[in-house]
Amino acid sequence: MEELKDKGMNSNSQYMRFVVDFHNMMVDKKITLAYEGEVTQEITKAFTSMTERNLEKVEENGKIKKKVYHVMVECLQNISKHADDESETASNNLDEGLAKTGLFLIGSDHNEYFITSGNGIANENIPALKEMIDNINSLNQDELKQLHKEKMRETAISEKGGAGLGFIDIARKTGNPLEYHFEPIDEKNSFFLLKTSINKNTAE
Amino acid sequence: MEALIIKKTEDTPAIHLDKAAGIFEFSGKSLPEDVTSFYGPVFDWITAYGEDANESSKFVFKMTYFNTASSKIILDILMRLETLHEDGKNISVEWHYEEDDEDMQEAGEEYADIVEVPFTFVED
Repeated sequence: MEELKDKGMNSNSQYMRFVVDFHNMMVDKKITLAYEGEVTQEITKAFTSMTERNLEKVEENGKIKKKVYHVMVECLQNISKHADDESETASNNLDEGLAKTGLFLIGSDHNEYFITSGNGIANENIPALKEMIDNINSLNQDELKQLHKEKMRETAISEKGGAGLGFIDIARKTGNPLEYHFEPIDEKNSFFLLKTSINKNTAE
Repeated sequence: MEALIIKKTEDTPAIHLDKAAGIFEFSGKSLPEDVTSFYGPVFDWITAYGEDANESSKFVFKMTYFNTASSKIILDILMRLETLHEDGKNISVEWHYEEDDEDMQEAGEEYADIVEVPFTFVED
């Protein structure tokens, strides 16, 4: 009995220590939103309106606010549309509403806002995604504009309701390269991380 | 023909398409999950309108935000209007953007560049 109680106390204090560390890390990295779970349209709406209000409070410049909003929507809708999620709760069905598990973080430092999204991806889909992002990162603003125009004319809305324009648009709006990482999970799957930066000082 | 009036929501725009009143307007935000189903009635309405369009019609866009999927749909709508224009209907587009919203202004300019319909720009 005594032992059990000690164990409980111990794991409880370990947990509290973890929360304190977690909180310190969030404060340190100025993470204003951290989420791991199902990403749906309801979540997208809730997070974007919450962030809009937060940015309003710090009196962020209107142009930057719009860019943050824009990148958030594209990243969150990318997860719900494109994540490879085989779990039972996942939904690829537009009529029922899309739902995919993902990770979403917003942080900032003195110069930039960081928006990071993460989701599962089948390893076989990595090369095409990597090639697409590398290509976007290699283009200057004029070339991105041209690519955007071509894609917009050529592509049709997919079954999942996407236009295939998200990454191009993020790169155009932020003017910064898309940073990514693929973390191996097992033989078949990896976790895809995408980090986007939005400059605070220059709206361009 | 019957007007198509859709009230705005948190993630979809207000749409007012009314032949009798001569009002053709899209305003607000557009980021629905399923753009195809949301805009389906708009395409149906424009197709029907093309059968018996007014002498001239000005389509007004007062969008404050749209996601990339909606940007593609808006191009499809504008291309539909272009077809009407080519068929001899007098169609024009008035593209509004909020003060200093260069991204929205540029989006309009890019559409104007792609479709052969007269555009005018208004900074609100």
